[in-house]
Amino acid sequence: MKTSTLFAVAFTILTFNAAHATAVTDLLQKYQAQGAQQFEAQAGKTLWTRSFGVSSEGKERRCATCHTEDLRQTGKHIKTGKVIEPLAPSVNTKRLTDIAEIEKWFKRNCEWTLGRECSVQEKGDFLSYILMQ
Amino acid sequence: MKIRYAMLAVCAGVLTVASQMVLSEDDDHGKHQTKWFERTPDVARVDNAQYVKECGGCHFAYQPGLLPERSWRKVMNQLKDHFGDNAELSAPTHEQVLAYLVANSAEHGSYRRSEKILRSIAASDAPDRITNTPYIRHKHDELPVKLVKGNDKVGSLSNCAACHTKAEQGSFREGEIRIPGRGGWED
Repeated sequence: MKTSTLFAVAFTILTFNAAHATAVTDLLQKYQAQGAQQFEAQAGKTLWTRSFGVSSEGKERRCATCHTEDLRQTGKHIKTGKVIEPLAPSVNTKRLTDIAEIEKWFKRNCEWTLGRECSVQEKGDFLSYILMQ
Repeated sequence: MKIRYAMLAVCAGVLTVASQMVLSEDDDHGKHQTKWFERTPDVARVDNAQYVKECGGCHFAYQPGLLPERSWRKVMNQLKDHFGDNAELSAPTHEQVLAYLVANSAEHGSYRRSEKILRSIAASDAPDRITNTPYIRHKHDELPVKLVKGNDKVGSLSNCAACHTKAEQGSFREGEIRIPGRGGWED
């Protein structure tokens, strides 16, 4: 991993608990091994608020549509109304601690939002952004 | 007088025996069919944490007893496009969730709503929505749109728990209904 990325990740991790550290660093390393370049939280934020079109029910395909733009708030499933717990690890310590869970939601939600699986670059950028919330 | 008492005792005895025979009657091929006077629970409660986690994350964790096995198999075969969303599971999780659904589908146990739902569906049909089963459609057919679709606290009939205050406990009785913005409902 690039030194600057490693430093950035380590710094972020030092401010959170060990569980986040293991899952996210493992995943970021995996993504880099699969060809991703330096991860940027800013790029993750841009992706977060970007619109990828409109669904057949007239809902905007954006991460923020269900999760809101402030990851510390609860979100709402736009179809079922089911409450979604905050994504920000600073508020919800269970987030970003389970690799299988992270990958599962990436697969499902990228499919709906972007219309395809997220690339390893995008996933890494997303994680870098979410980790800081 | 003594004869009257004796007759009373005999009648009581006959009634007791007869009622036991009726209530314990089990000549329906091993599956007990609920009698009209029996009050069984509406539907079996969900008791599988994995199911709640995987399927109750986005919507109400519908009790498996609300659909027949063939409907559940259909739903589980279409998770890639689960009513517009991708709900795919890992292979082992898929197997486990399917096994739970099939083992607890409407055909199993003695639950009033399960039996009624089952009986209302034609053998050749496999509705993939609980709200598309004839029994459930009939039960909700008097609801005006403004109380459901037009009600932003409800949104859809698929949002059972919005009005059925004990839905999570597997109870859907009329007296428990509280429609947001309206209150109770009585037919």
